[in-house]
Amino acid sequence: MTDAVEYALEVVNLRKAFGGLTVTQDVSLKVRTGERRLIIGPNGAGKTTLFNQISGDLRPNSGLIRLFGAEITYLPPYQRAHCGISRTYQIITLFAGDTLEHNVSLGLLGLRPSRWQMWRPISFYPDMRSEARRALDAVGLLHLAEHPISDIAYGERRRVELAVALAQKPRLLLLDEPLAGLSNAERSTVKSLIGSISRDTTVIMIEHDMDTALDLAETVTLLNYGRVIVDGPRDVVIADERTREVYLGG
Amino acid sequence: MKWIGAALIASALLLPPFFAGDFYVNLASQILIAGIFSLSLNLLVGFGGMTSLGHASYLGVAAYISALLTARYGFGHGAAAFISVTGTVAMAAFFGVIALRASGLGFLMITLALSQVLWGLAYRMSNVTNGDNGVTGLTRPSPFGISLDRPAAFYWFTLIVAIVAFLMMAIFVSSAFGSSLKGVRDQPRRMAALGFNPWLVRWITFVYAGFWAAISGLLYVYYHKYIHPTSLSTTSSAEALLGVIAGGAGTLGGPAVGAALVLLLKNYVSAYIERWNMLLGLVFLFIVLFMPAGIVPGFSKLIAAVRGERR
Repeated sequence: MTDAVEYALEVVNLRKAFGGLTVTQDVSLKVRTGERRLIIGPNGAGKTTLFNQISGDLRPNSGLIRLFGAEITYLPPYQRAHCGISRTYQIITLFAGDTLEHNVSLGLLGLRPSRWQMWRPISFYPDMRSEARRALDAVGLLHLAEHPISDIAYGERRRVELAVALAQKPRLLLLDEPLAGLSNAERSTVKSLIGSISRDTTVIMIEHDMDTALDLAETVTLLNYGRVIVDGPRDVVIADERTREVYLGG
Repeated sequence: MKWIGAALIASALLLPPFFAGDFYVNLASQILIAGIFSLSLNLLVGFGGMTSLGHASYLGVAAYISALLTARYGFGHGAAAFISVTGTVAMAAFFGVIALRASGLGFLMITLALSQVLWGLAYRMSNVTNGDNGVTGLTRPSPFGISLDRPAAFYWFTLIVAIVAFLMMAIFVSSAFGSSLKGVRDQPRRMAALGFNPWLVRWITFVYAGFWAAISGLLYVYYHKYIHPTSLSTTSSAEALLGVIAGGAGTLGGPAVGAALVLLLKNYVSAYIERWNMLLGLVFLFIVLFMPAGIVPGFSKLIAAVRGERR
Protein backbone atom coordinates (compact mmCIF):
# COMPACT_ATOMS: atom_id res chain seq x y z
CA MET A 1 0.00 0.00 0.00
CA THR A 2 2.79 2.41 0.87
CA ASP A 3 4.94 2.26 -2.24
CA ALA A 4 2.38 1.67 -4.95
CA VAL A 5 0.40 4.74 -5.82
CA GLU A 6 -2.33 3.69 -8.19
CA TYR A 7 -2.02 6.55 -10.64
CA ALA A 8 1.23 7.97 -11.93
CA LEU A 9 -0.58 10.87 -13.52
CA GLU A 10 -4.00 12.32 -13.04
CA VAL A 11 -5.22 15.20 -15.13
CA VAL A 12 -8.50 16.70 -14.02
CA ASN A 13 -10.61 19.08 -16.13
CA LEU A 14 -7.56 20.73 -17.64
CA ARG A 15 -8.22 23.81 -19.74
CA LYS A 16 -5.81 25.99 -21.69
CA ALA A 17 -6.61 28.79 -24.14
CA PHE A 18 -4.38 31.03 -26.23
CA GLY A 19 -6.53 34.13 -26.64
CA GLY A 20 -9.79 32.94 -28.12
CA LEU A 21 -8.42 29.58 -29.18
CA THR A 22 -8.97 26.83 -26.65
CA VAL A 23 -6.32 24.18 -27.20
CA THR A 24 -7.06 22.02 -24.17
CA GLN A 25 -10.75 21.66 -23.34
CA ASP A 26 -11.74 19.95 -20.18
CA VAL A 27 -9.19 17.17 -20.54
CA SER A 28 -9.21 14.48 -17.87
CA LEU A 29 -6.83 11.52 -17.89
CA LYS A 30 -5.72 8.85 -15.49
CA VAL A 31 -2.54 6.94 -16.20
CA ARG A 32 -1.74 4.00 -13.93
CA THR A 33 1.72 3.50 -12.49
CA GLY A 34 3.79 1.51 -14.95
CA GLU A 35 1.30 1.94 -17.77
CA ARG A 36 2.22 2.53 -21.42
CA ARG A 37 -0.10 5.16 -22.81
CA LEU A 38 -0.26 6.37 -26.39
CA ILE A 39 -1.79 9.73 -27.19
CA ILE A 40 -2.99 10.11 -30.75
CA GLY A 41 -4.88 12.71 -32.68
CA PRO A 42 -4.64 14.74 -35.85
CA ASN A 43 -2.32 17.73 -36.18
CA GLY A 44 -3.41 20.56 -33.93
CA ALA A 45 -5.35 18.28 -31.62
CA GLY A 46 -3.46 19.68 -28.64
CA LYS A 47 -1.22 16.72 -27.89
CA THR A 48 2.03 18.63 -27.43
CA THR A 49 0.19 21.42 -25.60
CA LEU A 50 -1.02 18.81 -23.14
CA PHE A 51 2.53 17.53 -22.72
CA ASN A 52 3.78 21.05 -22.15
CA GLN A 53 1.29 21.48 -19.33
CA ILE A 54 2.26 18.18 -17.76
CA SER A 55 5.97 19.04 -17.93
CA GLY A 56 5.37 22.61 -16.78
CA ASP A 57 6.42 24.53 -19.89
CA LEU A 58 2.87 25.92 -20.04
CA ARG A 59 0.51 26.87 -17.26
CA PRO A 60 -3.07 25.71 -17.65
CA ASN A 61 -5.91 28.20 -17.22
CA SER A 62 -7.74 25.85 -14.91
CA GLY A 63 -7.80 22.24 -13.82
CA LEU A 64 -5.45 20.04 -11.85
CA ILE A 65 -2.43 17.86 -12.56
CA ARG A 66 -1.35 15.25 -10.01
CA LEU A 67 1.85 13.26 -10.13
CA PHE A 68 1.73 10.15 -7.95
CA GLY A 69 -1.00 11.75 -5.93
CA ALA A 70 0.80 15.07 -5.35
CA GLU A 71 -0.51 18.18 -7.03
CA ILE A 72 1.97 19.77 -9.44
CA THR A 73 -0.34 21.99 -11.50
CA TYR A 74 1.65 25.19 -10.96
CA LEU A 75 5.07 23.80 -10.13
CA PRO A 76 7.90 25.17 -12.34
CA PRO A 77 9.39 22.67 -14.82
CA TYR A 78 12.67 22.17 -12.96
CA GLN A 79 10.84 21.12 -9.80
CA ARG A 80 8.77 18.63 -11.76
CA ALA A 81 12.00 17.16 -13.08
CA HIS A 82 13.01 16.59 -9.47
CA CYS A 83 9.61 14.98 -8.85
CA GLY A 84 10.44 12.40 -11.51
CA ILE A 85 9.19 13.72 -14.85
CA SER A 86 11.48 13.55 -17.87
CA ARG A 87 10.54 14.41 -21.40
CA THR A 88 11.83 14.43 -24.93
CA TYR A 89 10.97 17.07 -27.48
CA GLN A 90 9.36 16.80 -30.87
CA ILE A 91 12.00 19.17 -32.19
CA ILE A 92 15.38 17.96 -31.01
CA THR A 93 16.95 20.36 -28.52
CA LEU A 94 20.33 18.87 -27.78
CA PHE A 95 23.51 20.91 -27.39
CA ALA A 96 25.00 20.61 -30.86
CA GLY A 97 28.54 21.71 -29.99
CA ASP A 98 28.91 19.35 -27.05
CA THR A 99 29.69 15.64 -27.04
CA LEU A 100 27.07 12.96 -26.62
CA GLU A 101 28.52 12.15 -23.24
CA HIS A 102 28.28 15.78 -22.15
CA ASN A 103 24.65 15.97 -23.27
CA VAL A 104 23.71 12.92 -21.21
CA SER A 105 25.81 14.16 -18.28
CA LEU A 106 23.82 17.39 -18.24
CA GLY A 107 20.69 15.33 -17.73
CA LEU A 108 22.32 13.57 -14.80
CA LEU A 109 23.71 16.80 -13.39
CA GLY A 110 20.29 18.45 -13.42
CA LEU A 111 19.04 16.13 -10.69
CA ARG A 112 22.16 16.26 -8.53
CA PRO A 113 23.21 18.81 -5.92
CA SER A 114 26.58 19.07 -7.66
CA ARG A 115 24.94 21.20 -10.36
CA TRP A 116 25.60 24.18 -8.05
CA GLN A 117 29.24 23.32 -7.61
CA MET A 118 31.57 25.95 -9.02
CA TRP A 119 35.09 24.61 -9.08
CA ARG A 120 35.08 21.16 -10.67
CA PRO A 121 34.17 20.37 -14.29
CA ILE A 122 31.57 17.69 -15.02
CA SER A 123 34.29 15.43 -16.36
CA PHE A 124 35.76 15.21 -12.83
CA TYR A 125 32.82 13.10 -11.67
CA PRO A 126 33.77 9.55 -12.63
CA ASP A 127 30.42 8.09 -11.51
CA MET A 128 28.55 10.58 -13.66
CA ARG A 129 30.75 9.75 -16.64
CA SER A 130 30.23 6.04 -16.29
CA GLU A 131 26.51 6.48 -15.82
CA ALA A 132 26.31 8.66 -18.91
CA ARG A 133 28.23 6.09 -20.89
CA ARG A 134 25.94 3.34 -19.64
CA ALA A 135 22.94 5.33 -20.85
CA LEU A 136 24.59 5.80 -24.26
CA ASP A 137 25.40 2.12 -24.39
CA ALA A 138 21.75 1.31 -23.76
CA VAL A 139 20.77 3.20 -26.92
CA GLY A 140 23.69 1.69 -28.84
CA LEU A 141 25.73 4.88 -29.20
CA LEU A 142 28.63 4.31 -26.84
CA HIS A 143 31.11 4.27 -29.70
CA LEU A 144 30.15 7.89 -30.51
CA ALA A 145 30.31 9.15 -26.90
CA GLU A 146 33.20 11.53 -27.56
CA HIS A 147 31.75 13.01 -30.73
CA PRO A 148 29.87 16.30 -30.80
CA ILE A 149 26.15 16.10 -31.54
CA SER A 150 26.72 18.04 -34.76
CA ASP A 151 28.72 15.05 -36.07
CA ILE A 152 25.95 12.48 -35.81
CA ALA A 153 22.91 11.73 -37.91
CA TYR A 154 19.35 12.72 -37.17
CA GLY A 155 18.24 9.25 -36.16
CA GLU A 156 21.14 8.99 -33.76
CA ARG A 157 20.21 12.32 -32.23
CA ARG A 158 16.74 10.96 -31.51
CA ARG A 159 18.38 8.15 -29.62
CA VAL A 160 20.60 10.55 -27.67
CA GLU A 161 17.48 12.49 -26.77
CA LEU A 162 16.04 9.26 -25.41
CA ALA A 163 19.29 8.45 -23.58
CA VAL A 164 19.24 11.84 -21.83
CA ALA A 165 15.70 11.23 -20.60
CA LEU A 166 16.30 7.62 -19.57
CA ALA A 167 19.53 8.46 -17.74
CA GLN A 168 17.44 10.54 -15.37
CA LYS A 169 15.61 7.34 -14.34
CA PRO A 170 12.26 9.10 -14.47
CA ARG A 171 9.12 7.82 -12.80
CA LEU A 172 7.10 9.38 -15.60
CA LEU A 173 8.53 9.65 -19.09
CA LEU A 174 6.90 11.83 -21.73
CA LEU A 175 7.94 10.99 -25.28
CA ASP A 176 6.91 13.50 -27.93
CA GLU A 177 7.04 11.74 -31.31
CA PRO A 178 10.14 9.65 -30.63
CA LEU A 179 9.88 8.01 -34.06
CA ALA A 180 9.44 11.15 -36.15
CA GLY A 181 11.73 11.32 -39.14
CA LEU A 182 13.38 7.94 -38.58
CA SER A 183 14.12 5.32 -41.19
CA ASN A 184 12.50 1.90 -40.92
CA ALA A 185 15.59 0.33 -39.42
CA GLU A 186 15.92 3.13 -36.89
CA ARG A 187 12.25 2.82 -36.05
CA SER A 188 12.59 -0.75 -34.99
CA THR A 189 15.71 0.08 -32.94
CA VAL A 190 13.94 2.88 -31.09
CA LYS A 191 10.83 0.77 -30.76
CA SER A 192 12.62 -2.08 -29.05
CA LEU A 193 14.41 0.51 -26.92
CA ILE A 194 11.11 1.94 -25.71
CA GLY A 195 9.79 -1.56 -25.28
CA SER A 196 12.66 -2.39 -22.95
CA ILE A 197 12.10 0.52 -20.56
CA SER A 198 11.68 -0.71 -16.99
CA ARG A 199 8.18 -0.97 -15.55
CA ASP A 200 9.24 1.41 -12.79
CA THR A 201 8.84 4.09 -15.40
CA THR A 202 5.41 5.07 -16.61
CA VAL A 203 5.52 6.03 -20.27
CA ILE A 204 3.22 8.43 -22.11
CA MET A 205 3.93 8.78 -25.79
CA ILE A 206 2.67 10.97 -28.58
CA GLU A 207 3.16 9.29 -31.94
CA HIS A 208 1.81 9.47 -35.45
CA ASP A 209 3.25 6.21 -36.63
CA MET A 210 0.36 4.02 -35.50
CA ASP A 211 1.77 0.78 -36.87
CA THR A 212 4.82 0.96 -34.65
CA ALA A 213 3.38 2.80 -31.69
CA LEU A 214 0.29 0.69 -31.18
CA ASP A 215 2.43 -2.33 -30.40
CA LEU A 216 4.02 -0.44 -27.53
CA ALA A 217 0.82 0.90 -26.05
CA GLU A 218 -1.55 -0.73 -23.59
CA THR A 219 -3.96 2.15 -23.51
CA VAL A 220 -4.73 4.86 -26.01
CA THR A 221 -6.16 8.35 -25.69
CA LEU A 222 -7.56 10.03 -28.76
CA LEU A 223 -7.55 13.81 -28.76
CA ASN A 224 -9.25 16.09 -31.23
CA TYR A 225 -9.71 19.87 -31.04
CA GLY A 226 -8.30 19.76 -27.52
CA ARG A 227 -10.84 17.28 -26.22
CA VAL A 228 -10.54 13.66 -25.20
CA ILE A 229 -12.66 11.78 -27.75
CA VAL A 230 -11.98 8.19 -26.75
CA ASP A 231 -9.89 6.82 -23.92
CA GLY A 232 -9.27 3.24 -22.89
CA PRO A 233 -7.57 -0.08 -23.64
CA ARG A 234 -5.86 -0.20 -27.01
CA ASP A 235 -8.18 -2.57 -28.79
CA VAL A 236 -11.28 -0.82 -27.55
CA VAL A 237 -10.08 2.54 -28.80
CA ILE A 238 -9.01 1.16 -32.17
CA ALA A 239 -12.34 -0.54 -32.67
CA ASP A 240 -14.26 2.57 -31.69
CA GLU A 241 -16.28 4.22 -34.43
CA ARG A 242 -15.09 7.70 -33.41
CA THR A 243 -11.42 6.77 -33.77
CA ARG A 244 -12.06 5.71 -37.31
CA GLU A 245 -13.90 8.93 -37.95
CA VAL A 246 -11.32 11.31 -36.46
CA TYR A 247 -8.01 9.71 -36.97
CA LEU A 248 -8.00 6.89 -39.40
CA GLY A 249 -9.95 9.02 -41.82
CA GLY A 250 -12.40 6.20 -42.42
CA MET B 1 53.09 25.98 -30.64
CA LYS B 2 51.07 26.15 -27.44
CA TRP B 3 54.26 26.71 -25.44
CA ILE B 4 55.34 29.54 -27.68
CA GLY B 5 52.00 31.22 -27.15
CA ALA B 6 52.19 30.75 -23.39
CA ALA B 7 55.74 32.08 -23.29
CA LEU B 8 54.73 35.14 -25.33
CA ILE B 9 51.83 35.91 -23.01
CA ALA B 10 53.97 35.36 -19.91
CA SER B 11 56.72 37.65 -21.16
CA ALA B 12 54.19 40.29 -22.21
CA LEU B 13 52.84 40.23 -18.66
CA LEU B 14 56.14 39.97 -16.77
CA LEU B 15 58.55 42.14 -18.73
CA PRO B 16 56.99 45.64 -18.85
CA PRO B 17 58.22 46.81 -15.42
CA PHE B 18 61.80 45.88 -16.29
CA PHE B 19 62.13 47.48 -19.67
CA ALA B 20 59.33 49.91 -20.29
CA GLY B 21 59.04 53.47 -19.08
CA ASP B 22 56.49 54.54 -16.49
CA PHE B 23 54.00 55.57 -19.15
CA TYR B 24 53.88 52.08 -20.59
CA VAL B 25 53.85 50.36 -17.21
CA ASN B 26 50.87 52.49 -16.24
CA LEU B 27 49.20 51.69 -19.55
CA ALA B 28 49.77 47.99 -18.86
CA SER B 29 48.18 48.35 -15.40
CA GLN B 30 45.15 50.01 -16.95
CA ILE B 31 44.87 47.23 -19.52
CA LEU B 32 44.89 44.64 -16.74
CA ILE B 33 42.16 46.49 -14.84
CA ALA B 34 40.03 46.83 -17.97
CA GLY B 35 40.76 43.16 -18.66
CA ILE B 36 39.33 42.04 -15.30
CA PHE B 37 36.30 44.22 -15.91
CA SER B 38 35.75 42.80 -19.41
CA LEU B 39 36.14 39.24 -18.18
CA SER B 40 33.45 39.83 -15.58
CA LEU B 41 31.14 41.28 -18.23
CA ASN B 42 31.93 38.30 -20.43
CA LEU B 43 30.48 35.98 -17.78
CA LEU B 44 27.15 37.63 -18.52
CA VAL B 45 27.43 38.31 -22.25
CA GLY B 46 29.49 35.40 -23.49
CA PHE B 47 28.71 32.57 -21.10
CA GLY B 48 25.28 33.58 -19.87
CA GLY B 49 23.75 35.14 -22.99
CA MET B 50 22.79 38.19 -20.93
CA THR B 51 23.85 41.30 -22.83
CA SER B 52 24.20 44.02 -20.25
CA LEU B 53 24.63 47.70 -21.07
CA GLY B 54 25.02 48.71 -17.45
CA HIS B 55 28.00 46.80 -16.19
CA ALA B 56 29.96 49.97 -15.40
CA SER B 57 27.56 50.43 -12.47
CA TYR B 58 29.42 47.85 -10.44
CA LEU B 59 32.85 49.19 -11.27
CA GLY B 60 31.73 52.75 -10.55
CA VAL B 61 29.82 52.08 -7.36
CA ALA B 62 32.65 50.03 -5.87
CA ALA B 63 35.08 52.82 -6.77
CA TYR B 64 32.83 55.52 -5.32
CA ILE B 65 32.22 53.67 -2.06
CA SER B 66 35.92 53.09 -1.54
CA ALA B 67 36.76 56.68 -2.51
CA LEU B 68 34.17 58.24 -0.21
CA LEU B 69 34.91 55.99 2.75
CA THR B 70 38.66 56.61 2.63
CA ALA B 71 38.67 60.28 1.65
CA ARG B 72 35.70 61.57 3.59
CA TYR B 73 35.00 59.23 6.46
CA GLY B 74 38.53 58.27 7.38
CA PHE B 75 38.18 54.52 6.85
CA GLY B 76 41.28 52.43 6.33
CA HIS B 77 41.77 50.87 2.88
CA GLY B 78 41.10 47.34 4.11
CA ALA B 79 37.76 48.14 5.72
CA ALA B 80 36.78 50.41 2.84
CA ALA B 81 37.57 47.70 0.28
CA PHE B 82 35.55 45.15 2.22
CA ILE B 83 32.52 47.41 2.59
CA SER B 84 32.80 48.52 -1.03
CA VAL B 85 32.86 45.00 -2.44
CA THR B 86 30.15 43.74 -0.09
CA GLY B 87 27.93 46.73 -0.88
CA THR B 88 28.44 46.36 -4.62
CA VAL B 89 27.68 42.65 -4.52
CA ALA B 90 24.51 43.37 -2.55
CA MET B 91 23.56 45.92 -5.20
CA ALA B 92 24.22 43.38 -7.96
CA ALA B 93 22.00 40.90 -6.10
CA PHE B 94 19.19 43.46 -5.97
CA PHE B 95 19.63 44.73 -9.55
CA GLY B 96 19.81 41.13 -10.74
CA VAL B 97 16.36 40.45 -9.33
CA ILE B 98 15.00 43.43 -11.27
CA ALA B 99 16.88 42.93 -14.55
CA LEU B 100 16.40 39.17 -14.76
CA ARG B 101 12.67 39.56 -14.93
CA ALA B 102 13.42 40.07 -18.61
CA SER B 103 15.81 38.57 -21.12
CA GLY B 104 17.31 39.74 -24.40
CA LEU B 105 16.52 43.35 -25.27
CA GLY B 106 14.38 43.82 -22.17
CA PHE B 107 17.30 42.78 -19.98
CA LEU B 108 19.59 45.15 -21.86
CA MET B 109 17.20 48.07 -21.41
CA ILE B 110 16.74 47.45 -17.68
CA THR B 111 20.49 47.25 -17.06
CA LEU B 112 20.89 50.45 -19.08
CA ALA B 113 18.16 52.20 -17.12
CA LEU B 114 19.54 51.16 -13.74
CA SER B 115 23.02 52.34 -14.66
CA GLN B 116 21.60 55.66 -15.86
CA VAL B 117 19.95 56.12 -12.47
CA LEU B 118 23.29 55.65 -10.72
CA TRP B 119 25.09 57.90 -13.16
CA GLY B 120 22.44 60.58 -12.59
CA LEU B 121 22.79 60.21 -8.83
CA ALA B 122 26.57 60.56 -9.02
CA TYR B 123 26.15 63.76 -11.00
CA ARG B 124 23.31 65.34 -9.06
CA MET B 125 23.84 64.21 -5.49
CA SER B 126 26.80 66.54 -5.31
CA ASN B 127 26.70 66.92 -1.53
CA VAL B 128 27.74 63.27 -1.31
CA THR B 129 29.58 62.55 -4.56
CA ASN B 130 30.95 66.01 -5.27
CA GLY B 131 29.11 65.88 -8.59
CA ASP B 132 30.96 66.82 -11.73
CA ASN B 133 34.12 67.63 -9.80
CA GLY B 134 34.55 64.02 -8.80
CA VAL B 135 36.21 62.80 -5.64
CA THR B 136 39.86 63.84 -5.40
CA GLY B 137 42.72 63.47 -2.99
CA LEU B 138 42.62 59.71 -2.83
CA THR B 139 45.48 57.40 -1.92
CA ARG B 140 46.58 53.93 -2.87
CA PRO B 141 46.60 51.22 -0.24
CA SER B 142 49.85 49.73 1.10
CA PRO B 143 49.23 46.01 1.45
CA PHE B 144 51.71 44.45 3.95
CA GLY B 145 53.37 47.84 4.22
CA ILE B 146 54.41 47.90 0.56
CA SER B 147 53.65 51.23 -1.05
CA LEU B 148 51.90 50.99 -4.42
CA ASP B 149 52.67 54.53 -5.47
CA ARG B 150 55.42 53.57 -7.89
CA PRO B 151 54.04 52.43 -11.26
CA ALA B 152 55.97 49.14 -11.16
CA ALA B 153 54.74 48.24 -7.67
CA PHE B 154 51.19 48.99 -8.66
CA TYR B 155 51.61 46.93 -11.82
CA TRP B 156 52.74 43.86 -9.83
CA PHE B 157 49.85 44.26 -7.44
CA THR B 158 47.37 44.54 -10.33
CA LEU B 159 48.96 41.62 -12.14
CA ILE B 160 48.51 39.35 -9.11
CA VAL B 161 44.86 40.35 -8.75
CA ALA B 162 44.33 39.93 -12.50
CA ILE B 163 45.82 36.42 -12.52
CA VAL B 164 43.68 35.37 -9.56
CA ALA B 165 40.61 36.90 -11.23
CA PHE B 166 41.32 35.16 -14.53
CA LEU B 167 41.83 31.79 -12.85
CA MET B 168 38.74 32.14 -10.69
CA MET B 169 36.56 33.05 -13.67
CA ALA B 170 38.11 30.32 -15.81
CA ILE B 171 37.34 27.75 -13.11
CA PHE B 172 33.83 29.15 -12.74
CA VAL B 173 32.92 28.74 -16.41
CA SER B 174 34.42 25.28 -16.77
CA SER B 175 32.84 23.96 -13.56
CA ALA B 176 29.65 21.96 -13.35
CA PHE B 177 27.85 25.22 -12.66
CA GLY B 178 29.50 26.74 -15.73
CA SER B 179 28.12 23.88 -17.81
CA SER B 180 24.63 24.61 -16.58
CA LEU B 181 25.19 28.32 -17.30
CA LYS B 182 26.10 27.60 -20.92
CA GLY B 183 23.18 25.20 -21.15
CA VAL B 184 20.79 27.85 -19.88
CA ARG B 185 22.23 30.32 -22.38
CA ASP B 186 21.56 28.00 -25.33
CA GLN B 187 18.41 26.12 -24.35
CA PRO B 188 16.73 27.45 -21.22
CA ARG B 189 13.57 25.36 -21.72
CA ARG B 190 15.41 22.11 -22.08
CA MET B 191 17.61 22.91 -19.07
CA ALA B 192 14.52 23.57 -16.97
CA ALA B 193 13.06 20.26 -18.08
CA LEU B 194 16.29 18.57 -17.00
CA GLY B 195 15.99 19.95 -13.48
CA PHE B 196 18.02 23.18 -13.62
CA ASN B 197 16.55 26.42 -12.33
CA PRO B 198 17.42 28.84 -15.17
CA TRP B 199 16.57 31.97 -13.23
CA LEU B 200 18.76 31.08 -10.27
CA VAL B 201 21.65 30.05 -12.52
CA ARG B 202 21.49 33.45 -14.23
CA TRP B 203 21.12 35.36 -11.00
CA ILE B 204 24.11 33.71 -9.33
CA THR B 205 26.20 34.49 -12.41
CA PHE B 206 24.96 38.08 -12.38
CA VAL B 207 26.06 38.49 -8.76
CA TYR B 208 29.41 36.81 -9.40
CA ALA B 209 30.05 39.11 -12.36
CA GLY B 210 29.16 42.03 -10.08
CA PHE B 211 31.77 40.84 -7.61
CA TRP B 212 34.62 40.87 -10.14
CA ALA B 213 33.45 44.19 -11.57
CA ALA B 214 33.67 45.54 -8.02
CA ILE B 215 37.23 44.25 -7.71
CA SER B 216 38.16 45.96 -10.97
CA GLY B 217 36.45 49.10 -9.64
CA LEU B 218 38.70 49.10 -6.59
CA LEU B 219 41.80 48.76 -8.76
CA TYR B 220 40.43 51.47 -11.02
CA VAL B 221 40.06 53.97 -8.19
CA TYR B 222 43.44 52.99 -6.68
CA TYR B 223 45.09 53.56 -10.02
CA HIS B 224 43.51 56.91 -10.86
CA LYS B 225 43.31 58.19 -7.27
CA TYR B 226 40.26 60.02 -8.56
CA ILE B 227 36.72 59.11 -9.47
CA HIS B 228 34.27 60.94 -11.70
CA PRO B 229 30.65 60.17 -12.75
CA THR B 230 31.82 59.22 -16.27
CA SER B 231 33.07 55.93 -14.81
CA LEU B 232 29.38 55.08 -14.29
CA SER B 233 28.25 56.27 -17.71
CA THR B 234 26.74 54.23 -20.51
CA THR B 235 29.85 55.01 -22.54
CA SER B 236 31.97 53.08 -20.05
CA SER B 237 29.58 50.13 -20.14
CA ALA B 238 29.44 50.24 -23.94
CA GLU B 239 33.23 50.38 -24.30
CA ALA B 240 33.58 47.27 -22.19
CA LEU B 241 30.86 45.56 -24.17
CA LEU B 242 32.65 46.48 -27.42
CA GLY B 243 35.84 45.02 -26.00
CA VAL B 244 34.10 41.76 -25.09
CA ILE B 245 32.47 41.40 -28.50
CA ALA B 246 35.58 42.46 -30.43
CA GLY B 247 37.83 40.12 -28.49
CA GLY B 248 35.44 37.20 -28.65
CA ALA B 249 32.46 36.78 -26.34
CA GLY B 250 32.27 33.41 -24.64
CA THR B 251 36.02 32.78 -24.90
CA LEU B 252 38.33 33.08 -21.93
CA GLY B 253 41.07 35.24 -23.40
CA GLY B 254 39.03 37.22 -25.90
CA PRO B 255 37.59 39.90 -23.63
CA ALA B 256 41.03 40.70 -22.20
CA VAL B 257 42.39 41.15 -25.73
CA GLY B 258 39.40 43.29 -26.65
CA ALA B 259 39.82 45.42 -23.54
CA ALA B 260 43.50 45.90 -24.37
CA LEU B 261 42.59 46.98 -27.89
CA VAL B 262 40.05 49.56 -26.74
CA LEU B 263 42.42 50.92 -24.12
CA LEU B 264 45.36 51.16 -26.48
CA LEU B 265 43.28 53.00 -29.03
CA LYS B 266 41.89 55.30 -26.38
CA ASN B 267 45.06 56.10 -24.44
CA TYR B 268 47.93 55.52 -26.83
CA VAL B 269 46.80 56.03 -30.39
CA SER B 270 44.77 59.05 -29.36
CA ALA B 271 48.05 60.85 -28.69
CA TYR B 272 48.91 60.61 -32.39
CA ILE B 273 45.55 60.64 -34.09
CA GLU B 274 43.10 63.25 -33.02
CA ARG B 275 40.09 61.38 -34.40
CA TRP B 276 40.86 58.17 -32.56
CA ASN B 277 37.15 57.49 -32.22
CA MET B 278 36.96 57.15 -35.99
CA LEU B 279 39.83 54.69 -35.93
CA LEU B 280 38.08 52.74 -33.18
CA GLY B 281 35.02 52.58 -35.40
CA LEU B 282 37.05 51.39 -38.38
CA VAL B 283 38.79 48.72 -36.32
CA PHE B 284 35.46 47.42 -35.09
CA LEU B 285 34.06 47.48 -38.57
CA PHE B 286 37.00 45.40 -39.70
CA ILE B 287 36.52 42.92 -36.87
CA VAL B 288 32.79 42.59 -37.45
CA LEU B 289 33.30 42.05 -41.18
CA PHE B 290 36.25 39.68 -41.11
CA MET B 291 36.14 38.04 -37.69
CA PRO B 292 32.49 38.10 -36.66
CA ALA B 293 33.17 35.81 -33.69
CA GLY B 294 35.88 38.16 -32.39
CA ILE B 295 39.66 38.54 -32.53
CA VAL B 296 40.63 35.45 -30.53
CA PRO B 297 38.32 32.98 -32.31
CA GLY B 298 39.22 34.68 -35.60
CA PHE B 299 42.94 34.23 -35.11
CA SER B 300 42.64 30.66 -33.83
CA LYS B 301 40.68 29.85 -36.97
CA LEU B 302 43.33 31.54 -39.09
CA ILE B 303 46.15 29.64 -37.36
CA ALA B 304 44.27 26.37 -37.71
CA ALA B 305 43.78 27.05 -41.43
CA VAL B 306 47.46 27.87 -41.96
CA ARG B 307 48.56 24.75 -40.10
CA GLY B 308 46.08 22.64 -42.00
CA GLU B 309 47.51 23.90 -45.28
CA ARG B 310 51.03 23.08 -44.25
CA ARG B 311 50.08 19.49 -43.55
